[in-house]
Amino acid sequence: MPLPRIDAAAREIKFRNPELARRLSSRIAELTAEIGRSPVSVMHVCGSHEQAIARWGLRATFPRDLNVIMGPGCPVCITDMPEVDEGVALARQGVVIATYGDMVKVPGTVMSLAGAQAEGADIRVVYSAGQAVELARAESKEVVFFATGFETTAVATAAVLRGPVPPNFSVLSAHKYIPPVMEIVAEMPETRVEGFLAAGHAATITGWGIFEPFVQRHRIPVVVAGFEPLDILSGLARLIELVRDGTPRVVNMFPRCVTREGNRRAQEELWSVFRPVGGRWRGIAHVPNGNLRLTDAWAHLDARRRFTIDLAGLWDYAPATLAADCICGNIMSGIASPTDCTLFGKECVPDTPVGACMVSSEGTCKIWHQYGGIPNLGDMA
Amino acid sequence: MKTLGLALDHVTLKQGAGGRAMRALIEDVFLKDLPAPPARGIGAAAMDDGAALWLGDRYLVVTTDSHVVHPVFFPGGDIGRLSICGTVNDLAMMGATEVLALTCAVVLEEGYPRAELERIQSSIRKACREAGAAIVTGDTKVMGRGEIDGIVLNTTGIGLTERVVTDCGLAPGDRIVVTGAIGDHGLAIMAARHALALEGELASDVAPLNGLVRAALDAAGGAITAMKDPTRGGLSSALHEMAEKSRVGIVLEERAIPVHDAVRAAGDLLGIDPLHVANEGKAVMGVRPEAVDRVLEALRAHPLGREARAVGVCVAERPGSIVLDTGFGRRLLAEPEGEPLPRIC
Repeated sequence: MPLPRIDAAAREIKFRNPELARRLSSRIAELTAEIGRSPVSVMHVCGSHEQAIARWGLRATFPRDLNVIMGPGCPVCITDMPEVDEGVALARQGVVIATYGDMVKVPGTVMSLAGAQAEGADIRVVYSAGQAVELARAESKEVVFFATGFETTAVATAAVLRGPVPPNFSVLSAHKYIPPVMEIVAEMPETRVEGFLAAGHAATITGWGIFEPFVQRHRIPVVVAGFEPLDILSGLARLIELVRDGTPRVVNMFPRCVTREGNRRAQEELWSVFRPVGGRWRGIAHVPNGNLRLTDAWAHLDARRRFTIDLAGLWDYAPATLAADCICGNIMSGIASPTDCTLFGKECVPDTPVGACMVSSEGTCKIWHQYGGIPNLGDMA
Repeated sequence: MKTLGLALDHVTLKQGAGGRAMRALIEDVFLKDLPAPPARGIGAAAMDDGAALWLGDRYLVVTTDSHVVHPVFFPGGDIGRLSICGTVNDLAMMGATEVLALTCAVVLEEGYPRAELERIQSSIRKACREAGAAIVTGDTKVMGRGEIDGIVLNTTGIGLTERVVTDCGLAPGDRIVVTGAIGDHGLAIMAARHALALEGELASDVAPLNGLVRAALDAAGGAITAMKDPTRGGLSSALHEMAEKSRVGIVLEERAIPVHDAVRAAGDLLGIDPLHVANEGKAVMGVRPEAVDRVLEALRAHPLGREARAVGVCVAERPGSIVLDTGFGRRLLAEPEGEPLPRIC
């Protein structure tokens, strides 16, 4: 993987222009004021959007009447406990589990992968599906890639499975598919969401056309946005404009990557390897077609079919009781904030997370805990 | 300081990562029942870079540091160079820029290649020459295969200074100065450790800073109010510790912080903030505003300080917090907890 050569000057001019950002922030404030309601609530459904918003301190520039909610956009957070349990059980059965760094601390019913590791299981952090395959080549033991992520990451898993893989390699898929969960959120009776900011990288694969039926059904606008601070600010400005005008439609604010049709070849690869099935998203709901599982053609690489995963042995332990008080689901659905949770910052901290939102660097609770929620920093020094 | 509800029956890796968890462990275990600190000087309880003992006319500064690094040889240096620079720099951070003597103890695993040991020793000699320091005594132990991982080096250093610089002397109005680009060592190590094949332009900054620091101290004439080397936990940890101990807030201008393009790109790729990873050849200083220009001039005249910049200012509000002005907005800078793990996407 050669290091991308960054032309700092060009990047600065295109994407990192604070003056443009200030103008967009003023525009967002004007538009929100024109709507004249408080709060105006919009939701993004992507951990990378929340990361960028927190990274660049954009919340400090949002008007007080604008509520930008982080939806169920953290793939690690919505991985359900029984899915983590499958990884833990496999690890304790002696296979090597390769997974992304964020997954290691996610609590399962009984323990996290980190807990299994402390007991002697072999857990490896990888950066890509390809690296998991390399690991399998170098290992004599069975290597299971515990794969998480949305359709963007699932495509990478699919591409790797379609290439040559060693016989000791298989995949435990916890991949998730975003479009169905937007329906779930839009249909929640408590929902306050007036517009969606859709993830540019997922739309690069699926195309922006995929959101048109959603907009027609729910009369809620969707704006596809990228991840540079100016992408997010301009995406939000356009979204609030659509809310103000009451003209729900799909607008693509990330045209340098996203087309209406998307990446056809990637879609073919994705759907040749995965099929959508219904399943629980942690704390959210059963999401019809929300989980991606390997198709029958790839059964030989499916860890669920290669191994007998002994979950009963795990569940002999008493389940964690704190988890009952966790409101991750409401936070990810946008109807509660971390500060509404009785565990937040007390029993539930990054060192000893109760809910998954406190684990992942993309989780709302972790981000709020680290950055102090939405502190008013505008008027300091 | 609260103990963060850690499972304290066993030590975790996080407690060695240089952040809050490590400071809590030290306070809970090692600082208990210590004899009273020296009458005039700085003891272990200050958790500064080292100790300072009053000799009647000057201070004797003592510091010690054990070094384990994977890989042992990395772009820009190795464990030998690191072990000398680490200790020389800890002395310098307290104002002791003349190294009186160093000790070096090595613990080896049975089977350790002799050629590697000689390579490490030659890099120790070279680093000593650069620092104007000499090892005057040492110790060697060998442990059985599997009882230790390869090699552990410990160095202790002593030096003299007339004026001790602490890490807790910041006052509102002081400027924050870094002596060069941030994040080089941490990201070079991380790229090498995970065989990310990004090494090309990434190299550790490991270097002895005593000469550079002396130049700054001489130019400042007492106007340097605090100093720290941002090693484990990076610039973020160092500034948090300084701000907390000094009871000030710090507003950092992100766009002023020098970060090499390759480091920024590798950090973006891995989801790791260069401000959270170790530096081994940089210092962060608090400087009274009237002296900033002459300190920067002195730093930039030195080969190790060419990229020195003023990057922030101390304020009375939000003591202990670091506010990062990104140019697009503002946020609190997080203090790293544990070893940084790359994000999934």
